[in-house]
Amino acid sequence: MTDVTTSAPATPVARLQGAATGDRIFRIVLSLAALSIPILLGFLVWELIKGSRLAISTFGLDFLVTSTWDPVTGKFGALPLIFGTLLSSLIALIIAVPLSLGVAIFLTEFAPNAIRKPIAFVVELLAAIPSVVYGLWGIFFLVPVLTRTVFPFLRDTLGFLPFFRGTIYGPSMLSAGVILAIMVMPYIMSVAREVIATVPGSQREAALALGATRWEAAWTAVVPYAKSGIVGAIILGLGRALGETMAVTMLIGNRHEIATSLFAPGYTMAAAIANEFSEAATDMHFSALAYVALVLFSITVLANAGARLLIWRVSKGRPGGGAGL
Amino acid sequence: MSRPTVYFGLTIATLGAAIAPMAAAQSLTGAGATFPNPVYTKWFDAYNKKTGVQINYQSIGSGGGIKQYTENTVDFGASDAPMSADQLTAVQGDVVHLPTVMGAVVLTYNLAAIGTTQLKFDGPTVANIFLGKITKWNDKAIVASNPGVKLPNQDIIVVHRSDGSGTSFIFTDYLSKVSPEWKEKVGNAAAVQWPAGLGGKGNEGVTQQVKQSDGGLGYVELIYAKGNKLGYAQIKNAAGSFVDPSLESVSAAAASAKFAPNTDFRVSITNAPGAASYPISSFTWLLVRPNMKDATKAKALKTFLEWMITDEAQQMGAALDYAPLPKPVVALEAAKIKTLKANGKPIA
Repeated sequence: MTDVTTSAPATPVARLQGAATGDRIFRIVLSLAALSIPILLGFLVWELIKGSRLAISTFGLDFLVTSTWDPVTGKFGALPLIFGTLLSSLIALIIAVPLSLGVAIFLTEFAPNAIRKPIAFVVELLAAIPSVVYGLWGIFFLVPVLTRTVFPFLRDTLGFLPFFRGTIYGPSMLSAGVILAIMVMPYIMSVAREVIATVPGSQREAALALGATRWEAAWTAVVPYAKSGIVGAIILGLGRALGETMAVTMLIGNRHEIATSLFAPGYTMAAAIANEFSEAATDMHFSALAYVALVLFSITVLANAGARLLIWRVSKGRPGGGAGL
Repeated sequence: MSRPTVYFGLTIATLGAAIAPMAAAQSLTGAGATFPNPVYTKWFDAYNKKTGVQINYQSIGSGGGIKQYTENTVDFGASDAPMSADQLTAVQGDVVHLPTVMGAVVLTYNLAAIGTTQLKFDGPTVANIFLGKITKWNDKAIVASNPGVKLPNQDIIVVHRSDGSGTSFIFTDYLSKVSPEWKEKVGNAAAVQWPAGLGGKGNEGVTQQVKQSDGGLGYVELIYAKGNKLGYAQIKNAAGSFVDPSLESVSAAAASAKFAPNTDFRVSITNAPGAASYPISSFTWLLVRPNMKDATKAKALKTFLEWMITDEAQQMGAALDYAPLPKPVVALEAAKIKTLKANGKPIA
């Protein structure tokens, strides 16, 4: 530093010193910005714990395994909410994963160039639709259509399973699962497509050169190479499904109950908070909802941690495999 | 999506309250019940044109209104349910309930097999349907009240509110009065553990759900059933006659209610006596501090309250299907408004 100041002409030195000060300020600003995220997270967790303290001290961990939700007597248990959140997300993934992977593989491996961009654009456009719009569309279009066609068909053909029995109400666990599937599909599809597109051409060429059909090349060479990225895409979709609120509450029937039938109404954690928060008249009710929020937060954190672990295990020993995420 | 919206709403409400003192004193802030929001909006607008006093009202729900009133972030609250004993304790009894208008909760249904025929229900039957004990439209309890109507052997799809609401409070208040079993098992509150049925969000959610399900049955504010051209039932009242919900039958229910001369107006008029009374009726209230700190605001609020019970304002409500307050109630209320104070002194 001193060498530079003594030997160099005056003007650049002044600029250099100014630059150093600028660097320091820049560094401080960036550090603050980076720090604000963990601080914000800390506040969030602290607030949730503070809000739910009353419910935690009253119900303890029983809250997670009991099903009563009675604001009048002040007894609360979140099992149906946890069950509903996990089940609706599972239904969503069962429908959305094959569909979006299919679209992603088609777009990268098979589709003619002319339609790749338009289709990808349209699918990604789905991600930009606000969830309340999905909810409205669900109420006015999807649920009536499902109630008239798909649900009776399922009841008639798969009615021997307990999942497809009973009164068809319309709003139900299955309706919520279907709308969630439609909502998470664009996320899974676009990430999976990006990941698959980064698979080196040599992989495909090698498989094809060995006599594989295009289908075999896609399944044996391309997809396994992109596996960890695809898992990441699915987890991204799961994250969205777990926390989705508006569209779900409009279609799930909002009932605090665990039913075997998928035609029966259910409830999710996010939907219950949105529905009951504004009119939670007693402290206990409010606290129970904060507790639900804390549980939901923990489940999403666990899902993300699980995803990291899964990606790490899948990509182990395959340095190029971690490509997408 | 919705959680942020709720918080945002609260933030805005709180901000509004915080900003209010800085603005001209001629502005008041209130929050609460959604059910009377249309008439309140109309009133506040008309009153603003008349006097220049601006009243900002956030319709965040009765529970929210009571909460904000308790936390002292608004000049007045509004609720479809009177404050409970616990809630009164929380504000140390520092509240005056003032009825504004009245409304009816109706039983609305959609049953293709009977077309536009108006059905009749008695209280215990309604309670048993919502308890999940009556599940079919051709149950003999329903058939008994509806001679000559061919009711189909079809499931009743029961729809209730999923969010806490004053409407649910009024409805469960009624059911608790007509069914001991309901009172014991479920009780009376803005949110209860519903023994049967689907939850719809808001009056519009229930309306939509009933509209779409053949065999659907739910409860909504009269205005929603009328606005959506849904059928609604006659309900058997305490005197034993089946009554249509209307402005007249709701006012009749209020007129039959007994008020002590020094009443706090926290009176339930569900299952009211009188042959013409519609049994699922209720007042909706404004929550006002008996002794306000800011004299200018107190004056503005008092003038508004006095105007609110005039014929002019009450008829604006009637035009929107809110039943006007009966004369004796207006007289009692006028006397109560006179007792409001600012800093311990009568308001000039």
